[in-house]
Amino acid sequence: MNINIKYFGVLAEKTACQEEQIDFESGKVSDVMKLILERHPNLKPEEFQVAQNKLIVNQEASVDGTEIALLPPFSGG
Amino acid sequence: MERYSRHILLNEVGQKGQEKISNARVLVVGAGGLGCPVLQYLTAAGVGELGIIDDDLVEESNLQRQVLYGTSSLGLNKAKAAKKRLEDLNPSIGIHAYSEKLSISNAISLFEKYNIIVDGTDNFETRYLINDAAILTKRPVVYGAIYKFEGQLSVFNYKDGPSYRCLFPEPPKNTEAINCSQVGVLGVLPAIIGSMQANEVLKIILGIKGVLSGKLYCYDAKTSNVHHIKITKNELLINEIKNRPLKKEVVFSCTANIREITVEKALKKSNVIFLDVREMGEEPTLEMDNYQQIPLSTLSENLNKIDAEVEIIVLCQSGERSKNAIQILIQNNFNNCHNLKGGAPALLAQLKHNAV
Repeated sequence: MNINIKYFGVLAEKTACQEEQIDFESGKVSDVMKLILERHPNLKPEEFQVAQNKLIVNQEASVDGTEIALLPPFSGG
Repeated sequence: MERYSRHILLNEVGQKGQEKISNARVLVVGAGGLGCPVLQYLTAAGVGELGIIDDDLVEESNLQRQVLYGTSSLGLNKAKAAKKRLEDLNPSIGIHAYSEKLSISNAISLFEKYNIIVDGTDNFETRYLINDAAILTKRPVVYGAIYKFEGQLSVFNYKDGPSYRCLFPEPPKNTEAINCSQVGVLGVLPAIIGSMQANEVLKIILGIKGVLSGKLYCYDAKTSNVHHIKITKNELLINEIKNRPLKKEVVFSCTANIREITVEKALKKSNVIFLDVREMGEEPTLEMDNYQQIPLSTLSENLNKIDAEVEIIVLCQSGERSKNAIQILIQNNFNNCHNLKGGAPALLAQLKHNAV
């Protein structure tokens, strides 16, 4: 199944895209994260929260959605 | 009152709603990009008591987006300069300027004087302090944050809803997430997010349903894309905050912890290394003892080339890149670092002077 990965803030800059598709069979959110970090090793030092189908989830959650978003905290004001 | 007639015409506001606004007390933390529009619209709306806390001074680079200030406000404290402008906008409300930094010693007593807190700060340390103090004083927080073209908006701690820590439990440890090198921002972006914060404040005051609690609103000014992300409450974490004294999160900030040193003093030191973090080939070049050049762009990969036993005097052209370099060094346990005032040009001038 294809999962749509969305990147926000500095993550979109580092991956040079705001969204992309990743082919994924089944597993946990952390398994998808492994694939993402293999594709974009420059995201490794970044800190962010993960949302699945627009809900913040723990990375132990199983993948049951079609969209995963990576949200970094913003400090600017 | 004629001033509020367009509000009173709205069924959702009316005379009663306008009275609620007049009786509201709102504290705005940070009078920068986000704080300016929040303050303008809440003042114009007639919020009865408006507090502004900010210890920053108005700089020229602020004027591109912090529209409460003009050229005549340069160098003035932001809270005081904002109060002056806002009193002209609406003299019938109470405006209180606190020209200090929000801290563990003043946060609780200050929050207790207000019903709603607006987070318009520009650093993680204060964001976590606002969150924790708001949990302890049971105040809702209208949160806004920006990065270049993107903005985040939410209402935390509203009617027992999720808090900022339910979204981001701990401040980031990684320096790259921290707004250190001067990051650009489209001037209109904080105006958009700040105006939406003012809107959430008014919704809370008026009791309008649909307050942005439990949701993070993400806006991208480039694509005009909007995302709503649901946040669930982390009861354990909130109880932990409730049951401990307010503490300061140690978040590495851009300028704190960085010691500056003048060229004169630096040259008198022994057992030091002058670490030049400019890119190769940048002018002026330096020829001196105890000199090492590692460009900032490759510093993280070359830390093993630096002697950890000596004091490190870090320099670049203006003193900005060297600050970033010092952050990287401190994070990697090179604790004895100084930022060279005036950078390479000042050092070269002193070396020439000494040679004469």
